[in-house]
Amino acid sequence: MPVDVNEIEKSVSTPRLGGSGHDRPPRMNANDGRLRALQDGSPPPGSTAIWVGIAAITMTFAALTSALVVRQGSGMDWQRLALPNILFLNTLVLLVSSVTLELFRRDFLPATGNGVTSHANGLWLYATLALGLVFVGGQYVAWKQLQGEGVYLASNPSSSFFYLLTAAHALHVLGGLGGLLYIVTKLQRTTLRKSTLDVATKYWHFMDVLWVYLLVLLWAKL
Amino acid sequence: MHNMPADPTLHHAPPQGFIRKYVFSLDHKVIGKQYYGLGLLAVFTGMVLSWIMRIHLGWTNAPVPGVGFFTPVGAPGGVITPELYLQIMTMHATLMVFFVLTVAPFAAYGNFFLPIQVGAEDMPFPHFNMLSFWVTFVAFCVLVSSFFVGDGPTLAGWTAYAPLSAVGSAAGPGQGTGQVLWAAAIGIFCIGQLLGSLNFIPTTLDLRAKGMTFSRMPYTVWAWFITSLMGLTAFAVLMPACVLLILDHVAGTSFFVASNLVINDQLVPHAGGSTLLWQHLFWFFGHPEVYIAIVPGMGIVSHVLSTNLRRPLLSYKVIIGSILTIAFLSYMVYGHHMFVSGMNPASSLAFSFPTLIITIPATIIVLIWLGSIYKSRLRINSASLFALGFISMFISGGISGFFLAQPTIDIMLHATYFVVGHFHLVMAVAAIFGIFAGTYFWYPKMFGRMLDERLGKLHFWLTFVGAYCIFMPFHYLGFAANVRRYQAFVDDYTIHLIPVHRFITVAALVTGAAQFIFFYNIIHSRFWGKPAPDNPWEGTSLEWTIPSPPPFDNFGGKHPIVTHDAYQYGVDAPNGKDYVMQDAPEDIAPRAPAES
Amino acid sequence: MAKLLAVTIILIAIGSAIPIWGHYWEAPADVSTHGHLIDSQMSDTMVESGICFLVSQIVLAVFIWKYANRGREHAIGRIPGGALGLVLLAFLVVGSEVIALGVLGTRAWAEVYFNPPGPNAMPVQVQAGQFAFYFRYPGPDGVFGPIHPDMISEATEYFFGLDTTHDAAAKDDIVTAEMDIPVNREIHLLMHSKDLGHSFFVPAMRIQQDFVPGLDLSLHFTGAKIGRYEIVCTQLCGLGHYNMKAYLSVLSQDDFDKWLKQEAALQ
Repeated sequence: MPVDVNEIEKSVSTPRLGGSGHDRPPRMNANDGRLRALQDGSPPPGSTAIWVGIAAITMTFAALTSALVVRQGSGMDWQRLALPNILFLNTLVLLVSSVTLELFRRDFLPATGNGVTSHANGLWLYATLALGLVFVGGQYVAWKQLQGEGVYLASNPSSSFFYLLTAAHALHVLGGLGGLLYIVTKLQRTTLRKSTLDVATKYWHFMDVLWVYLLVLLWAKL
Repeated sequence: MHNMPADPTLHHAPPQGFIRKYVFSLDHKVIGKQYYGLGLLAVFTGMVLSWIMRIHLGWTNAPVPGVGFFTPVGAPGGVITPELYLQIMTMHATLMVFFVLTVAPFAAYGNFFLPIQVGAEDMPFPHFNMLSFWVTFVAFCVLVSSFFVGDGPTLAGWTAYAPLSAVGSAAGPGQGTGQVLWAAAIGIFCIGQLLGSLNFIPTTLDLRAKGMTFSRMPYTVWAWFITSLMGLTAFAVLMPACVLLILDHVAGTSFFVASNLVINDQLVPHAGGSTLLWQHLFWFFGHPEVYIAIVPGMGIVSHVLSTNLRRPLLSYKVIIGSILTIAFLSYMVYGHHMFVSGMNPASSLAFSFPTLIITIPATIIVLIWLGSIYKSRLRINSASLFALGFISMFISGGISGFFLAQPTIDIMLHATYFVVGHFHLVMAVAAIFGIFAGTYFWYPKMFGRMLDERLGKLHFWLTFVGAYCIFMPFHYLGFAANVRRYQAFVDDYTIHLIPVHRFITVAALVTGAAQFIFFYNIIHSRFWGKPAPDNPWEGTSLEWTIPSPPPFDNFGGKHPIVTHDAYQYGVDAPNGKDYVMQDAPEDIAPRAPAES
Repeated sequence: MAKLLAVTIILIAIGSAIPIWGHYWEAPADVSTHGHLIDSQMSDTMVESGICFLVSQIVLAVFIWKYANRGREHAIGRIPGGALGLVLLAFLVVGSEVIALGVLGTRAWAEVYFNPPGPNAMPVQVQAGQFAFYFRYPGPDGVFGPIHPDMISEATEYFFGLDTTHDAAAKDDIVTAEMDIPVNREIHLLMHSKDLGHSFFVPAMRIQQDFVPGLDLSLHFTGAKIGRYEIVCTQLCGLGHYNMKAYLSVLSQDDFDKWLKQEAALQ
């Protein structure tokens, strides 16, 4: 008998944190024919995992931020760095790529039951990929510009942090592009699940948020 | 157990072929065993290194058997040079802290038992899980490779303080390539463990079986969950610190190296860096790391003890709450490693208060354990012996921490053997006892064979008495102001302490030899041990509801329904037993009989 | 086996305490003016910790003795007070210890670190480098000449890189390999690292402080007893770390003046 997943998720109580063994969920009849595998009401594990990943990446950049602040205060050798203007263009590109990804996500309709895609316009997805590549390319241009002015990784602590932070971010963006490529292959095989797409989207939007934070940090501190 | 058909979305097919089954396995149980094997390899190596250190400390000018063969430069004629001693010390500590104390209680047992104890078929991201083990293994290889390069591994200690660790080979042997390899290995290790957290946390939050509320999770599940949360923040900070250290070596940056430094009459080509920055980053990781090492042990001891006391511990909520409090406070105490480091003395006072306060939840946990033994029906077996030993060791080690928590006293004890005694008691002994307790308890489930009980008890006795003989005297040495990380004792005021060191060395060698009983037991029993029943210890949690060893999908395609909490012991069940399993039919729920 | 374990635990607990009670291995006797604060903090902690250690190990042992291998005919019992009682006990016992020792300790810590040195404190500089300590006295002008790192040379014994030709203040600086001080005179110790992390530990003087490359720190203390004491490095600094030491001699004022004149003549 076909089963509506949403019906099941609505009908059973959610687990509660704390309490003793006295608080039991309503009596479950083993053979009532309902097909389910997960703890009722829990989100798909991917959406928990993406927050775990976001937390870890946040902690890494928090550590680098505090390193920047301490280093700025320690030696008397900090020279302010003029941020290459292309960074602001790159920011726009990245933000637009998030918009295109959102457009793709809203357009995407999974079929009921076994997660097969009904239809989705892949155009917005490919646009996101392209814009992501443009962003990384633009960052590379920014590095090249600085090198043209004779500012390298070890030239000054400010340039060290500039290269380090932007490179670390770009590396994570490349990871995100890898994830989007995975989405593309799933889409072409029509096996893309909504939960997978949600995870990739959250990660991609986080790249935006992280970049804006870094831009402000670099602009203010460097 | 109730029968529910499995959900096809989470179901995976049985593995085929040798590589998929045993090498690049997606099965959390195999991954757990792989981690355990890595832990064994690391602990054996680390232990041998410690024997070399101890022999050298007791008899500094004597040749140490075998070492001259491996490194004629490091030990001409077999006599350990000062630099080789420090290199061995650094590798001993790095192997033990990372590849034993993080890997075995957390990655090994957590991987094997977390999904089973919450009633899941596997972790949600088996590919990431497999990656996490192999990345950790690569980190191990990178670390060990430093033994084979140029002038050997780094000698800067597992704490790798800058500038010694950042200025390169001018500072000493091993400080060039060896240090870079160390930093790379540790950075890679951090990534491996973060991939682990990526699985542990969603498993605990999202894959619990029906009826497995948070308050029905076994202590060990809570412990692994809390540990993976701590790991998330701690490893994510150490990894960039290692990147910064590598950059100072290879890219000419100056994150950690100050200006105007002169080594070997040459001006060091770095400027402006902050010496203390490394210490802050390192210890922000370092303190939670030691709780990552001990919290799984606390979970294992609580779990093993409940089963062997035949009663639930006095309060589940108090234990969990205390562990959570310890994890939370662990972020506020890291500066106690830096009391005399030159940081603002007011900061030292600020760090000492949470350090003293963290004693409270730790004491609460010990008191609950002790109070639960009162009027229980304690069963003595290898697992419970090690659990009881953990309690004794944790009391001893915890109390020595109380001295170190006070900056005033730290003036006399910092960098002495007192610190070495303290952390060995809590980590090298208590945490290892947690691993042993888990091994004796869970081996039958993991391998379908019973370990030899007499050998287990013999192993316990030699290790328990031996460990006290080794590490208790470290405290006396510390009170006598014997400084640590010295390859020999040449100061006038410490010459009279050398006999104490020799006593410790003998105890270490004997206790080390006793570990071969354990190694023999786990290997021999794997093939010739008595076949294990499903529930040899009359336990209640879900791992005891499945066969020993479990099938590849844990619950045979079914999903358990949990109806009771994990510690229904000491009850009068209708089937005549004194316990009720977590998935027993719902109406079997007698409360414990009237207490006296 | 349970009874054997119980007895073993008690023997270990008592055995561990014996070297402490018996003062078998102790730190060098205190020769400073502030050390008594540290020592009394230490002995207060020792007493409180010792009691907690012995009581808890003995309770563990007694409970193992009494409650091991009891059959189902014995009822499971709850300890008087239950979990709540134990939680309160932990808060009361540990809480009071924490407050007492924390508060007392603050006073001792402040004595060493928050009070500045007096106006008559005698300045001495110590420079730590792989693998020795060198000391510098400012001489009659009371001013230390600047350090020129590019002029530092162990080979030619220019330990501080002083430029006596161009820096007037450096001309009368006195560089020595051991640190002598007059008794009962406060010393303002300026700490400078030449190369990497080291630490300055004088057990007898009850002081320990890390050197921080790039940050010049200072310490102050007063020696109360004439004698010769060891200064040892306690922060891992390389292969010679174990041997990095110097002597601190506390002399009478006359002896100190004589010594300083002799050293000045050797510059």
